[in-house]
Amino acid sequence: MPPVTAPACLPPQFVDWFATRGWAARPHQLEMIAAAEAGEDALLIAPTGGGKTLGGFLPSLIDLATTTLEPGRNRPHALHTLYISPLKALSVDVARNLMMPVEEMGLDLRIETRTGDTSASKRQRQRAHPPDILLTTPEQLALFCATANAEAFFRDLKRIIIDEIHAIAPQKRGDLLSLDLATIRQWAPQARRAGLSATVADEGGLARWLVAQSPDEDRFARIVRGSAGARPEVEILDPSDRIPWAGHSGRHALADVYERIKGAKMALVFVNTRSQAELTFQELWAHNSDNLPIALHHGSLSPEQRRKVEKAMAEGRLKAVVCTSTLDLGIDWGDVDLVVQMGAPKGSSRLIQRLGRSNHRLDAPSKALLAPTNRFEHLECQAAREAVAENALDGEPLGAGAFDVLAQHIMGRGCGDGFIADALFDEVRSATPYAHLDRETFDRVLDFTATGGYALNTYERFRRLVQRKDGRWLARTPQIAQRYRMNVGTIVEAPMLDVVVSARGRGGHRLGQIEEWFVEQLTPGDTFIFAGQVLRFVGIEEMSARVVRAADADPKIPSYQGGKFPLSTYLAARVRELVQTPDQWDSLPDQVGDWLRLQAARSRLPAADGLLVETFPRAARYHLVCYPFEGRLAHQTLGMLLTRRLERLGLRPMGFVANEYAVSVWGLRDLSGLDFDALFDEDMMGDDLDAWLAESQLMKRTFRNCAVIAGLIERRFPGQEKTGRQVTFSTDLIYDVLREHEPDHILLRAAWQDAAAGLLDIRRLGEALSRIRGRVTHVPLDRISPLAVPVMLEIGKEPVYGEGHDSILEDAAEDLIAEAVRLD
Amino acid sequence: MTDALTDHAFSLAGARAIADPDGVLILPDSDTLIVSDLHFEKGSSFGMGGQMLPPYDTRTTLRRLADAISRHRPQSLIALGDSFHDRLADRRMDGADAERLADLVASVSRWVWIEGNHDPAPPPQFGGEVRHTLEINGLVLRHEPTEGAAPGEIAGHLHPCAKVRGQGRSVRARCFATDGQRLIMPAFGAYTGGLNICDPAFARCFGATPGALVMGRARVYPVAAKSCVPDRYASAS
Repeated sequence: MPPVTAPACLPPQFVDWFATRGWAARPHQLEMIAAAEAGEDALLIAPTGGGKTLGGFLPSLIDLATTTLEPGRNRPHALHTLYISPLKALSVDVARNLMMPVEEMGLDLRIETRTGDTSASKRQRQRAHPPDILLTTPEQLALFCATANAEAFFRDLKRIIIDEIHAIAPQKRGDLLSLDLATIRQWAPQARRAGLSATVADEGGLARWLVAQSPDEDRFARIVRGSAGARPEVEILDPSDRIPWAGHSGRHALADVYERIKGAKMALVFVNTRSQAELTFQELWAHNSDNLPIALHHGSLSPEQRRKVEKAMAEGRLKAVVCTSTLDLGIDWGDVDLVVQMGAPKGSSRLIQRLGRSNHRLDAPSKALLAPTNRFEHLECQAAREAVAENALDGEPLGAGAFDVLAQHIMGRGCGDGFIADALFDEVRSATPYAHLDRETFDRVLDFTATGGYALNTYERFRRLVQRKDGRWLARTPQIAQRYRMNVGTIVEAPMLDVVVSARGRGGHRLGQIEEWFVEQLTPGDTFIFAGQVLRFVGIEEMSARVVRAADADPKIPSYQGGKFPLSTYLAARVRELVQTPDQWDSLPDQVGDWLRLQAARSRLPAADGLLVETFPRAARYHLVCYPFEGRLAHQTLGMLLTRRLERLGLRPMGFVANEYAVSVWGLRDLSGLDFDALFDEDMMGDDLDAWLAESQLMKRTFRNCAVIAGLIERRFPGQEKTGRQVTFSTDLIYDVLREHEPDHILLRAAWQDAAAGLLDIRRLGEALSRIRGRVTHVPLDRISPLAVPVMLEIGKEPVYGEGHDSILEDAAEDLIAEAVRLD
Repeated sequence: MTDALTDHAFSLAGARAIADPDGVLILPDSDTLIVSDLHFEKGSSFGMGGQMLPPYDTRTTLRRLADAISRHRPQSLIALGDSFHDRLADRRMDGADAERLADLVASVSRWVWIEGNHDPAPPPQFGGEVRHTLEINGLVLRHEPTEGAAPGEIAGHLHPCAKVRGQGRSVRARCFATDGQRLIMPAFGAYTGGLNICDPAFARCFGATPGALVMGRARVYPVAAKSCVPDRYASAS
């Protein structure tokens, strides 16, 4: 790094400090200082290891150093800088790192964290005597804004730093944070904002997100870039074994992966799902003849177990850690020099983020090994590698803010010092996600918050918010405000059960948590892998799944529920491009190239801008396979809609299965004579979709999340489950009733918005259908095509979606009849 | 749903009975329709506590009850208790809903409100007669089921639900609980939850987990106790 002459803005104290460390301030750090002095908000984009955090904090430290030098010990307490990160652990980590320059320069500063774990007494003290720098999470900020006298606490605030801003902004947490920042701006208009990120796809969008908007024009933060650092070296594993057609185990590659781990100092082995983590960990140990210290880290393990692994990493005692996205974000746990990605990374930004976990020095390239688990993933990895080489990022688009989050925020403002509706509307519109909110919708959300917002005005007397004579809206009672505070936040967890292991089924200790739906499929005696051990399911007791250790070598492994992340639209386009361009196949392993050549000979290659549909008979059934390459979620929705449509045509489809690349539908009638342009017409997004949504479990789950976030339903808290027969209200019942009587209710609109982008990926499906319009190519075949094999292999492994409800009852009823007619 | 509904005919303590997938029971010999646990205005009772649930549960319940009445055209209708969620339910009820209810009561020759624990004194303004118990052709109708043997009893109160496990997933649905000698009605109200028939409360009445006539989309499915599984923990659905 060339030394940069320190400009006047860097005080001598800081120049000296850099010098004693043998460093020089980096240009982007100096530009952050310059932006702060110019009174501008700034978005700092710099690779991991580029001094990003210090760049965010330097302006604060300089400002504080010059002010604290003057009044000495008795200077009044005031909050100067607020630091917000998506992870508690990140706050703690950053606080620790920040202490180094502070102590070495002898600055008299108070730096404190405030998270869900902070004790009540410390919270109270923080309110009365704020630290200079407070590190916290979006949820804690929302809680602050919902308490009385918050204004006094924030009045002196000078700077707000938002770390990993690309991870927060596209989520509902980002909507909530954006609204809270808008509120704080009313109290501390002088406070400037800084966003920090290593991977930003939509720089302009994020620069706009960071800044308070005005009704007249879009506003943007100054973008400050760190130098890019060395390009990462990405290699795709060409395994000595045969590459499987389907599946996600990656078993065939693990012998090679193990050899690479042996040659590395410390490796992070990233996988996409928890069950994949368990499996990979298990298989690596099967290869581990050298007894290398290989550990496991994922979000379902108990916090104590995770802390242990993190500590061992930081101390350099581990050779490899198998992990999920829990280690994606910027915590520096140790000296990692190899990142392995098992399975496709699903998006180039995610891959780049994960690459950043290795080699926190800018001058040396980080090294990554991609290990595709099947043939399609080879294509995806190839596309991802090219994207990384071009530093082409993808990301979730920043959409309009969610109404359920707005409802939560409005209620929160009513639980603090209250608000005037007109002023709050302006304030909300200064938050970027809500910049285009219209007054009518705002009023509807406000009405929802106060009375439920129903046409039938039943709740006037019981309203949660009341308007005082001076026009100020406030929570009707302190109890209502208290209950609100217990429900703050936008993360609605899937119901989880504790996994408790014991020798004899009594007592025992907690291994971690597991999704309720998974336990639901288990029968006592079943074995599965969790926390790296084979466990036998004993039964369920209250909120825990009881297990004992099992000696089985071949456990019933958690079924792979698809990648947690669907294939990004950006990578999907690159994969489609790669498939239809034979000159590019040279870079693929021979097995994969041969497979595509065989497809070209037997059927056709899918065209990048069209849709390939194949029909063929197989085992007394007729199959239809299409290849939209739009990710599992959109494909599930498409499969559901195709099935409905075929049903209406009297073609009696029997089921469908979807993976990331294709959908297969089958039935008892030949499907080759269909009008495929009509079958895939966009109009399926109308009535068919609507009819399906009425009963879709996914839609009901989406609605439940909205109902919880919006405050219609309260969260369940540990210990509350047992207090009565009807503790919580089923949101399924509410959904049905509301849909019948007020289909355009604001909460149903919120759920629809979510479904469009979330579990149902309706928006993406709609875009795909319009892209392929008039470009559907049908190839009738007399047998299965090579490209169809992977999705066909999913049949029987994946749950088949359909009208499962009554068929289960029918089977059970048939059992009864069989029993009744049995002569014994 | 426009699916045609298929009833399930069976014998209850020697009398003919028909279970409807909508959750009403028909006694064809006396031309009687039985419905239980309507819980009118349950939604608005939550609203008083600050949870502003959609206040349309009464409307949905009434609509479904009107459908069942026009489908079966019974001489008598017996509401088997807990028709009103609480003592103030009738006062919270929307005017249009109250009118609909009165019209519905008037449309049937005989309408009987059985007293329930939620509505020990059902409000009089909608018409109909009030009884604690009622006997019809040897069958005894009351709200709370008797513990121990009670052949010929039809009761409500417990809101039976059955959870049936299929391959990899399960279904939980309202049901009639019966052993052929006595019966506990499913709850009919739009916001009523359910108690799994594997709960000991049912064994106290039937001696063991009873069989279930499970309400499917358009059919009633008879399911043996052995095919039913308990819930994971005591929450209602």
